[in-house]
Amino acid sequence: MSQNGHKVIGTRPIRHDGVDKVTGRAIYGADIQLTGLLYGAIKRSPHPHARIKSIDTSRAEAHPGVRAVVTAHDLPQIADKLADLGEAIVNLRDASNNVLAYGKVLYKGHAVAGVAAVNLHVAQEAVELIDVEYEPLPHVTGVLEAMEDGAPILHEDMKTTSMGEETDKVSNIANHFQHKMGEPDDGFAEADVVVEREFTTQTVHQGYIETHNATALWNEEGQLTIWTSTQGAFSVRDQMSEILQMPISKVKIVPLEIGGGFGGKISVYLDPVAALLSKKTGHPVKMTMTRDEVFEGTGPTPGSYLKVKMGATNDGRLTAATAYMAYEAGAYPGSPVGAGAGCIFTPYDIPNVQIDGYDVCVNKPKTNAYRAPGATNAAFATETVVDEISEKLGVDPLEFRVKNGAKEGTRRADGPVHPVIGCIETTEAALNCEHYRSSLDKTANGKVRGRGVASGYWFNFNGGRSAISVSINPDGTINMLEGSTDIGGSRASIAMQLAETIGLEATDIKPYVVDTDSIGYTDVTGGSRTTFGTGYAAHATGQALIREMKERASKLWDVPADAIDFADGVFSYRDDAEKRGTFKELASQAGDAGGPVVAQVSTNPDGSGGGAFATHVVDVEVDRETGKVDILRYTAVQDAGTAIHPSYVEGQMQGGVVQGIGWGLNEEYIYNDAGSMTNASFLDYRMPTTLDLPMIETIIVEVPNESHPYGVRGVGEVPIVPPPAALANAIYDATGVRLRDLPMSPPRVQQALAENGG
Amino acid sequence: MHAFDYATPESVADAVVMLSDPGKNACVLAGGTDLIVQLRENRRRTDLVVDVKKIAELNALSCDAATGLTIGAAVPCYRIYGDGQIAAAYPGLMDAARLVGGTGIQGRASLGGNLCNASPAGDTIPPMIVLGGEAEIAGPDGTRKVAVEDFCTAPGRTVLADGEFLVSLHFPAPAPNSGAYYRRFIPRNEMDIAVVGVGASVVLSGDKSSFVSARIAVGAVAPTPLFVSAAGEALAGEPVSDETIQRAADIARDAARPISDMRGTAEYRKHLTSVLTRRVVQGAVQRAKE
Repeated sequence: MSQNGHKVIGTRPIRHDGVDKVTGRAIYGADIQLTGLLYGAIKRSPHPHARIKSIDTSRAEAHPGVRAVVTAHDLPQIADKLADLGEAIVNLRDASNNVLAYGKVLYKGHAVAGVAAVNLHVAQEAVELIDVEYEPLPHVTGVLEAMEDGAPILHEDMKTTSMGEETDKVSNIANHFQHKMGEPDDGFAEADVVVEREFTTQTVHQGYIETHNATALWNEEGQLTIWTSTQGAFSVRDQMSEILQMPISKVKIVPLEIGGGFGGKISVYLDPVAALLSKKTGHPVKMTMTRDEVFEGTGPTPGSYLKVKMGATNDGRLTAATAYMAYEAGAYPGSPVGAGAGCIFTPYDIPNVQIDGYDVCVNKPKTNAYRAPGATNAAFATETVVDEISEKLGVDPLEFRVKNGAKEGTRRADGPVHPVIGCIETTEAALNCEHYRSSLDKTANGKVRGRGVASGYWFNFNGGRSAISVSINPDGTINMLEGSTDIGGSRASIAMQLAETIGLEATDIKPYVVDTDSIGYTDVTGGSRTTFGTGYAAHATGQALIREMKERASKLWDVPADAIDFADGVFSYRDDAEKRGTFKELASQAGDAGGPVVAQVSTNPDGSGGGAFATHVVDVEVDRETGKVDILRYTAVQDAGTAIHPSYVEGQMQGGVVQGIGWGLNEEYIYNDAGSMTNASFLDYRMPTTLDLPMIETIIVEVPNESHPYGVRGVGEVPIVPPPAALANAIYDATGVRLRDLPMSPPRVQQALAENGG
Repeated sequence: MHAFDYATPESVADAVVMLSDPGKNACVLAGGTDLIVQLRENRRRTDLVVDVKKIAELNALSCDAATGLTIGAAVPCYRIYGDGQIAAAYPGLMDAARLVGGTGIQGRASLGGNLCNASPAGDTIPPMIVLGGEAEIAGPDGTRKVAVEDFCTAPGRTVLADGEFLVSLHFPAPAPNSGAYYRRFIPRNEMDIAVVGVGASVVLSGDKSSFVSARIAVGAVAPTPLFVSAAGEALAGEPVSDETIQRAADIARDAARPISDMRGTAEYRKHLTSVLTRRVVQGAVQRAKE
């Protein structure tokens, strides 16, 4: 028995998909083999910004073994049209042009043509035989440069929208918005300490190990099937239907196992090209990206510029805060600056706030979601300023956070009022943890050491459409079909919620992620929604099964259904103790009382419930001579609402921390003057390896989410939010020098220490 | 990747014939940890890959207190550090042999291949230079020997002429009271290419209080791994002290002429050259004292 009277929730069963994954039997996109399969490759732009004058595919088409070549001219030309693709409003023309460039290329790596051939080598040779004539244009890759008057313009027809109104100004600024609460000027006048600082962050990639892939078959009836690695099969179906302008009923998406997504596997890249090539050839076509294609041709998360100002009184109360946030959207509008603005001051209760956000196009790949998109950039700024204010006030930075922490009833600057949240509880747990209470020697081995803390917030998408379909086997086990692709152990956490509801073991449920023809519409696995949203549907499914089993028992026992109770996994007739049975016992007889037992449930819970908060503590060691930062100890504290499977909650926390550490210390897209990324490989795009990390310690706080039957909060995203700020604060504690530019790589740290005499 | 022919000669003479074919752009395959990647990524094109792993001389590995160490050009790193006698006698070389790639790569990667790849950042080259390594080359005109410090001529280029290839590497037996050390700086702790790498070997006086001689070589700060003879010469006859070692480090730093790239700026690399040279000479001294 776990806590809170739960039998399954809170335990740590072996995951249902574990054996196939550790034995290499799980089927990923690259494993797909079909009769007559052709292999595709993409021709990509060598220029960051250029007009396409002509594309001559004749030499490629004449190359032996080549079966078809496609360009943007094979795609339906879509007018400037907005479509709701589930989580975001997307301009379909942009989405189409990002798949295959039309008229202009907007970043190095922008796809311009696709080839299908009898094998991959021939396809790659043919790519070199496609002759594209470009007229190179001036390019801009930095957000502040792109905002300047006179900057090279990516979209000549794009006018800036400001405060909700379209202006006449053509610029790279797609949108400027503002959130305002109270009177910041008055708040700063009240403050005894005011700190204002500027920050920059660089473009970083999700870095999933499995590269993008898609295998398409467009059959003779015009039915399109795509096998792919995606966070949302139904979202892929929507995108295919819109980009290819075909009926949704003609598209079926088969989601395969996914080797990492982190937000980057929602938009389609290869899928429409593979589909067009299959249509042209009549064969299935398989496409798989190389690592450099993933870096240069898919959606990273943006570089950004932030200016944050915060003020507090001598008794330690925050009185005002303002933020200027400029985020790179990449080639097309749609950076996560809006999400960043919703998170930037949210761990705090501040009466006077103003936030200005700018969404800016630059000649880089179109950015995409990455684990709490926009929030890490924001927290890097806020949490560093909060650290500085705490220092100036002479108070413990965590005690300062507790004193100013957001709680039920606190209003966010972007509008919503917090329901029950675990912000203060999480910070207090960090304040009281053994790590934070332990002492740290400030020097060792000729190096200096320091400790830093930071907090973070992520909304969590507490809603969305989910469907579950179950069939009960005569032995009482359950086959459970779901539409949520499993990127973080959600098969297990959803199956456990169903098992808990109907009194079975987790292993009695067999979860399957199925294709779009086999289950109701399910929103993407993203926004930390799946264990919440599809788990919500699993609970509802359990309730439906209990009702159905009562009906069956009613027939079997010949008693009224409303006189049957269900408790502790046992169905029983109120007036006769002999008439009782467990779910499994009833399942063995239920088929005789109305046929096989099945249930289908879909849900779309409303979006309240509050988000996730995290506070992290890190100890670092800095080699002052080389600028290298080593992490000695790391503790992540987080409110999970209710941890369904604590091991996977811990795994999400640890994974998020590691990605945040990479973002903070070494990861960045390094561009040369020609606008070309110079480190498009895992060799020089430096994600942390196991040798760069200590064991990440975790503390799960549980403040149940009131809008979920088991109190679940999303856990996957918020752990990436605090690390860069926590590291910056720890480096300051060690060296006396504050770093405000990411990544805090050895050359940057060494230079900062040399310049500041730290 | 483009199509190519593949051959496996079993003698030095046969390999020379294949590599000398004027109609073919041939290249040599030993471990292949650089070559295969370069071919796959179209960074290099070839008509013929000559796999030299079946040639006996390329697989030789012997160590003798009188004549020194001989390593066939195709001998993988794991065989070298897996030999207890060699590992004990040449710890400075082992520092680098254990760094190349990762454990899996070291099952294939060879010192010979690392030298012939002629990367300015090749980890095994500075220690081979400071240990007085000599390369034995076979070609149409017979064999010749070239000091390791003279082997690389530019990034990816060596003294090997058409038809020539590297057969083996030779190192003298370690002198009494000597020690060698190699260390590189990378931003992470694994899976990276040196931002700067420094090798040093020192011979100390009998009482270990002064330097008899020293050799220092630096990687990733010039078009080729750089033998900074002046830095070693500055130590000869001097006492073992922080001051003398810092002087050598400054000479190495001044000799460095790095570029700025995604792995580090020129200024940062010069700074690191000084820091690492000091640390590496101290490490070599420590080994000489042990």
